[in-house]
Amino acid sequence: MTKVTLTVNGRTMSGECEDRTLLVHFIREKLGLTGTHVGCDTTQCGACVIHMDGHSVKSCSILAVQASGSTITTIEGLAGQGELHPVQAAFKEHHGLQCGFCTPGMVMTAVDLINREGGHLTEETVRAGLEGNICRCTGYHNIVKAILAADAEIAGSRQAAE
Amino acid sequence: MYATSYHRASSVEDAVKLKSANEEGRYLSGGMTLIATMKQRLAAPSDLIDLRHIPAIRGIRIEGRKVTIGAATPHADVAASRELAAICPAICKLAGHIGDPHVRHMGTIGGSIANNDPAADYPAGLLGLGATVVTDRRSISADDFFTGLFETALEEGEMVTSVTFEAPEKAGYAKFNNPASRFAMTGVFAAKTAGGIRVAVTGAGASGVFRHPGFEQALASNWSPDALSNVAVDASNLMADMHANAEYRANLVKVMAKRAVASAG
Repeated sequence: MTKVTLTVNGRTMSGECEDRTLLVHFIREKLGLTGTHVGCDTTQCGACVIHMDGHSVKSCSILAVQASGSTITTIEGLAGQGELHPVQAAFKEHHGLQCGFCTPGMVMTAVDLINREGGHLTEETVRAGLEGNICRCTGYHNIVKAILAADAEIAGSRQAAE
Repeated sequence: MYATSYHRASSVEDAVKLKSANEEGRYLSGGMTLIATMKQRLAAPSDLIDLRHIPAIRGIRIEGRKVTIGAATPHADVAASRELAAICPAICKLAGHIGDPHVRHMGTIGGSIANNDPAADYPAGLLGLGATVVTDRRSISADDFFTGLFETALEEGEMVTSVTFEAPEKAGYAKFNNPASRFAMTGVFAAKTAGGIRVAVTGAGASGVFRHPGFEQALASNWSPDALSNVAVDASNLMADMHANAEYRANLVKVMAKRAVASAG
């Protein structure tokens, strides 16, 4: 067993696991953060997307030991005190989910996309940014709508702050 | 996944030493192929030697028109490099269409070429650019590096440390995606380099990435998509699978080659 230490959503957390343990299983089973989902388990669907050192990654395709020492943000770490993250709020407002299984990965992907290219997203760039995430319910339209709305909202509040 | 032992290398020397101490071990870079393969129990290395934490093999260095990309540089960094885009936008475009954004944050150029998947993008880019692969012990030209399906000139324990090339005068890459996997059903990299015209094809060859001399000759006398119209593409050495037969791929090779040249301008 190997000791893995991560900074997860601002808190330092440790756990013991086998070297072959996948990061997503470590997060769900050792740390008890079950917001991150396992969908396909074959790097296709994106339900397991989290941020590692500020970048979106598929946690089903990374070993927990590979991530040791890194800073992780999961879906549980997005909302402020009692207030949804603007991307979460936009998914709610624009009905960007139906069954909700893919939603944690979709939201984490959207936040990463806005971090990288925010302020000038278009329908085309959002759809390209969702290449690694599969939703079997919505047909994507409302997800795209929600991300564009969140991008505008975040860009607007940044401008207001300046 | 079968049990394995993880080691984090701190330097190239450290990595090579760990590898030689663990014969059944494998180097692990981004892991976007290796971890998936291990999950399917198609690979079962006794040890994994993680190369992601070696600063010396990460990053992009540009001196004049000479480009060096560290082996552990993720695709996303290559795709987003403005400095590199200023002298060789085609390689940035290529990197920006590998897999999906999450895969591009982990997957690396060194891992991609060492794996030499016959449908991977980078082998076409490197062969098209006439790049050099630098390892812990020698330099290998791209022409000699890619030797077959998932086969390279790398010896046992040899590790890719960087890739270097001269920025070409012009270059373009066009790829027809497999819509599910995002691998190339056919991808063509065409470049006008100091050493001549080079056209490399991935995703189509039965023995992996290859150059197309007919295209190269046609483009040498006339660098334009139209120059390729009457060049024959032999289907006999092309891959055939459930997605596309060899004749269909032969047509794709020509169409992608034309688009690559068009995009190079």
